[in-house]
Amino acid sequence: MKYTAPDKKGYFGKYGGKFVPEILIPALEELEEAYNETQNDPVFQKEYHDLLQEYVGRPTKLTYANRLTDHYGRAKIYLKREDLCHTGAHKINNAIGQLLLAMKMGKNRIIAETGAGQHGVATATACAKFGFDCVIYMGAEDMERQKLNVDRMRLLGAEVRSVESGSKTLKDATNEAIRDWVTNVENTFYIIGSVVGPHPYPMMTRNFHRVIGEETKSQLQKMEARDPDYLIACVGGGSNAIGFFYPFIEDENVKMIGVEAAGLGADTDQTAATLTKGTPGVLHGSMSYLLHDTEGQIQLAHSISAGLDYPGIGPEHSFLHDTKRVHYYGVTDQQAMNAVKLVSETEGIIPAIETAHAFAYLDTLMPLTQRDEIVVVNCSGRGDKDMKTISEWFRNQQGPAEG
Amino acid sequence: MTTKSSRIQNVFDNRTGEEKIMSLFITAGYPDLESTVDLILGFEKNGADLIELGMPFSDPLADGPTIQYASNVAIKNGITMKRIFDMVRAVRKESDIPIILMGYINPVIRFGVQDFCREAAEAGVDGLIIPDAPLEESSIISKEAKDNGLDIIYLVAPNSTDERMKRVDAQSSGFVYCVSVTGVTGARSGEEVAKSVEKFIERVKENVKINPKLVGFGIKSHDDAKMIARETDGFIVGSALIDAIRKDYPDQEWMANVFAFVKELKYGNIEG
Repeated sequence: MKYTAPDKKGYFGKYGGKFVPEILIPALEELEEAYNETQNDPVFQKEYHDLLQEYVGRPTKLTYANRLTDHYGRAKIYLKREDLCHTGAHKINNAIGQLLLAMKMGKNRIIAETGAGQHGVATATACAKFGFDCVIYMGAEDMERQKLNVDRMRLLGAEVRSVESGSKTLKDATNEAIRDWVTNVENTFYIIGSVVGPHPYPMMTRNFHRVIGEETKSQLQKMEARDPDYLIACVGGGSNAIGFFYPFIEDENVKMIGVEAAGLGADTDQTAATLTKGTPGVLHGSMSYLLHDTEGQIQLAHSISAGLDYPGIGPEHSFLHDTKRVHYYGVTDQQAMNAVKLVSETEGIIPAIETAHAFAYLDTLMPLTQRDEIVVVNCSGRGDKDMKTISEWFRNQQGPAEG
Repeated sequence: MTTKSSRIQNVFDNRTGEEKIMSLFITAGYPDLESTVDLILGFEKNGADLIELGMPFSDPLADGPTIQYASNVAIKNGITMKRIFDMVRAVRKESDIPIILMGYINPVIRFGVQDFCREAAEAGVDGLIIPDAPLEESSIISKEAKDNGLDIIYLVAPNSTDERMKRVDAQSSGFVYCVSVTGVTGARSGEEVAKSVEKFIERVKENVKINPKLVGFGIKSHDDAKMIARETDGFIVGSALIDAIRKDYPDQEWMANVFAFVKELKYGNIEG
């Protein structure tokens, strides 16, 4: 089946679109035009791919996880090591791509929003590398949870603006970034960090991340001379997952699984499992599944991971969910933290808590697999930034410290 | 009684001479659920020609801090779409002033676009302004609105092209909302707005010829309104009105003070 989404209006089935104030329409049209030009511009493509190789450190490794495989005793598990990218997560692929686009468009000021801080760090890094002014919006609660990344962004020369409204997390940081963009649209480029927002952002961000899936495909061909049976990735907005899945969408034998943060459980109010629990609506410029109440007011999402507690999800994931090309499941905070420990102890890799959600789904999937099958988990980021949360979690689980 | 669908048009048809039409924005349910109807009736008595009734949304990304605040208060007060329709029905018992519902598309989608348009029209609503459903996405609601006799008012901004202004004019009914500055809602210094607005209004006049033109964003006094709206059919005030309520509420005199402010917005400082 040929996969061609999105259409010209930026729709993946009924999801996507450009639900933005009038002022942003000319900016989106300008962006779309510039982006389309870069697709066929060998100079731009070369610069982007050279940077991915020389600066980001691509291709990232595909690592056979022998002890994790032994632990489950079923299919072989491989890890796509996006945690080995410069700055420690896949986010840098997109930040570099969008910054090159901003340069091409002659914009001189960069803004971004960030939840866990990985996109903020990636954007601040790209801005430092090319000498751009950079303002990062971040929820006050996330700044507390992800202090290390706040310090990194500031050291890289970015201004981090604390957002005190609403839930003080990614949703509200995004509102503030959009308000800034509306006000300064003439000279400002907004680097959106996930496959969300108005068209062309979801398409553009996906395409800057498709390198993850393309590399996985050719690496696995070299190592195993075959395609994988299962791909697993965590999904908040869904950028690492879509970059990983996209090159495999037409390969119908490859089963794909997106793992959402269910928080305290998808059947509770303390959850971020948008596809499991949400219904279609419009937030931050596009139509997609959302967590909202019966009046259409956006609900606060909960997850132990600052990167996943977003009440929306990318429109393409909404489409892939409806068409059942990708299956989505929620795992709880507890399951994710168990996975942090398991992967750290068996593989010597401390995953980001976001990534640990993908690993946690192995408990459900692996008993259903066969020994001759192959599972690839996208290791979207490393856990250094989460050490405070991780330490506190396990300290609390073991009871109060003595003395 | 005039028919519903012509109420907005009548306002412009019936204006005399150089009179500027004044449209006032108030968030439904702010500062409390009980006051909205009294505020609308009082605005009319003190010079308002049109009412824009805000449907509160948790994430109003085109709004500045003032309307964000009012929206949050209204949501905490328990505003619902049904209650907004009840408010309109209550106004309709006493007044024919055109009422335009203004808000974001998500609560409308959640309510159901068809049901929303039908119930709004039945309650006595005259038009809709949905800032995050621009021309590109207007098909989500335009047919249902038209079928129910509701005007849809689209916006033009200083960075809209001439060609786009013409398209907005062709698809709007009621009036065209001219956003005077690139930015979010909020009161600004009159001079700040005036600086950028002159060239913009000139282009609006060249391109928007079917509908009347009201200019909004940033107006906070009669003098601002006079200066900014002088080449258009009138002006819209929102954040400054909410600021005026916020200043005194819940003191005993708050409503009287707000009405005095409204009167001054329309007619200027009438001495003696």
